[in-house]
Amino acid sequence: MSDTANAPLIEVRDLGVRLNTSRGPAQAVRGVSFSLRRGETLGLVGESGCGKSVTALALMGLLPESAVVSGSIRLDGHELVGLSDANYCKLRGNRISMIFQEPMTALNPMHTIGRQVAEPLRRHTNCSAADARREAIALLDRVGLPDAAKRVDAYPHQFSGGQRQRITIAMALACQPDVLIADEPTTALDVTIQGQILDLIADLVAERGMSMILISHDLGVIAENVQRMMVMYGGIVVESGATNTVFTRMGHPYTQGLFRARPRLGARKGTRLQTIAGTVPELADLPSGCTFADRCGIVEDRCRVALPAVVDVGARHGVRCIRTDVSMAETVGAVEHDHA
Amino acid sequence: MSTPLSASVDVEAVTARPRLATGFWRRALRHRSFVIGGALSLMVLFAALLSLVWTPWSAYEIDVTAKLRPPSATHWLGTDVLGRDIVSLLLVGARSTIMVGVIAVSIGLTFGVCLGLIAAARKGWTEEIIMRMSDFTFAFPAVLSAIMLAAVAGPGMVTSIVAIGIFQIPTLVRLTRGSANAIWAREFVLAARASGKGGFRITIEHVLPNVLPILIVQATIQFALAILAEAALSYLGLGTQPPQPSWGRMLNDAQTLLFQSPMLAVYPGAAIAIAVLGLNLLGDGLRDLLDPRLARER
Ligand SMILES: Nc1ncnc2c1ncn2[C@@H]1O[C@H](COP(=O)(O)OP(=O)(O)OP(=O)(O)O)[C@@H](O)[C@H]1O
Ligand code: SF4
Ligand SMILES: [Mg+2]
Repeated sequence: MSDTANAPLIEVRDLGVRLNTSRGPAQAVRGVSFSLRRGETLGLVGESGCGKSVTALALMGLLPESAVVSGSIRLDGHELVGLSDANYCKLRGNRISMIFQEPMTALNPMHTIGRQVAEPLRRHTNCSAADARREAIALLDRVGLPDAAKRVDAYPHQFSGGQRQRITIAMALACQPDVLIADEPTTALDVTIQGQILDLIADLVAERGMSMILISHDLGVIAENVQRMMVMYGGIVVESGATNTVFTRMGHPYTQGLFRARPRLGARKGTRLQTIAGTVPELADLPSGCTFADRCGIVEDRCRVALPAVVDVGARHGVRCIRTDVSMAETVGAVEHDHA
Repeated sequence: MSTPLSASVDVEAVTARPRLATGFWRRALRHRSFVIGGALSLMVLFAALLSLVWTPWSAYEIDVTAKLRPPSATHWLGTDVLGRDIVSLLLVGARSTIMVGVIAVSIGLTFGVCLGLIAAARKGWTEEIIMRMSDFTFAFPAVLSAIMLAAVAGPGMVTSIVAIGIFQIPTLVRLTRGSANAIWAREFVLAARASGKGGFRITIEHVLPNVLPILIVQATIQFALAILAEAALSYLGLGTQPPQPSWGRMLNDAQTLLFQSPMLAVYPGAAIAIAVLGLNLLGDGLRDLLDPRLARER
């Protein structure tokens, strides 16, 4: 492990995903590149349909058979794009794990939770059924399931949404994976429980030195839980950088829009919630050039000519916009950055 | 701690399924068509089992001097044209019927479910081939395949069992594939794949248990269809051969005497009706009891 401490654990280069949609093939994800070292956390934020889950599923090798994945995904230097399913199975749940949005449906209703948590252990390690069960109870206890030892043989329907998400977390972490992908792990949960679950994930990630990719449509969640972030729009990363850097000075008009549109506690009465005009474009009819052009307040004709290149606006802070001089003239971020 | 504040999301019907284990019989005994269907089916099963140890007379003993007797204390439902006791024939006939039904449905289930599960798991050209093959088979009704098989292997019980079994496969392939595809699209399958499970284990551990209720319901219906098919084939002389009694054969024998002794046709007819009706009611009951959503989907 020590020899790989500084090399990236996951290195994604120019990832592209082509999907068959009802309106024909469409490029759901384009040119996504990032690298993640052991123990690092990365956030992926954007509106619904921008390609966050598709990116995550591409990393997991779980896209539908008809999907065409291009570019390169390396785990510890081993290429994953084009890996056979049998080989991918050895990685999934073992070295890369994923937590899903819907804890109500992510568990098999027919199996006890103990069995579901123990299963990855039985499959990826050669531990006995009794050991796996003991480990499952320990895991369930660790994720804060009350009375884990007693409830290990209960079925998923006997638990609340928050408890089920704890169970899926235990399942994902069973084999001590190197990378955890959490795809909107709290979206389906009650607000009061969201914080607890995110704290639990953060604790576990720190405790086990895992790398994490946290997906959310909520800038607040990203601000508080990850070191670096990528903002996605229309299948493209429009802004990326250290979370602090991005929140101090947002470069892309879309990130700025998201930031202005976020609901805030304690906002003065009568303050209108700002929204980004327009809607997310359909995959099949993404505009040529900048994908955000149709909704951008400072769009120019040349924005529509070609996909803007990434502009460095600070240390490891990249923005895919050709008008950062205008968009960044006024600082969006720091002044309002309240961490609330 | 995380108290279930989100009670509103607790309604997902499917997730409630394991609870069935405890409440099943309590609910089942209150379900009218399940109770009636179960009783009728059990009656037929009991008749078949009884015939193994006891029949009032031998079902094979021909006594032409005692032919076409009306019901009496010695022959409760009378005798047929060869002097055989009707009650004994019905009891032994139930045995043939159940045997043909069980074996044929087992053939249908084995092949149908395996192929359906493979089609759903493998997708692509594997699925395409399986579905085209099942469409092709579906075009041949049991009677037609039995006639073709009889031409090759000669008529008989085995021929009719195989023919009926083959006839059952396509329906079960389609049903299994359709239900399995729905399960494959569920998030817990994605979660299982994310934890490193391959297609085979997912099929066995996640897909099969979840399509099982649907298959159980369909199997009872298929059983009823098999009984009808067996009767039809025996009636046509392609199925069970004399002297082995069967309800279909009894109908065939009764045909020539329809005006002389109409009751000879009524008894096996009623037996077939009871078995088919019983199984259908049982299937309906099971459908409601095993998964309330199925009742609405169909
Ligand atoms: N299996 C699929 N087949 C066809 N199109 C798909 C498939 N999965 C996703 N898409 C499309 O790809 C685009 C990106 O979807 P994705 O699920 O990645 O969005 P997302 O950013 O995760 O959104 P959300 O916040 O709603 O989860 C969407 O337009 C979606 O319709
Ligand atoms: S490139 Fe043009 S359209 Fe796109 S975000 Fe920048 S200014 Fe707006
Ligand atoms: Mg998503």
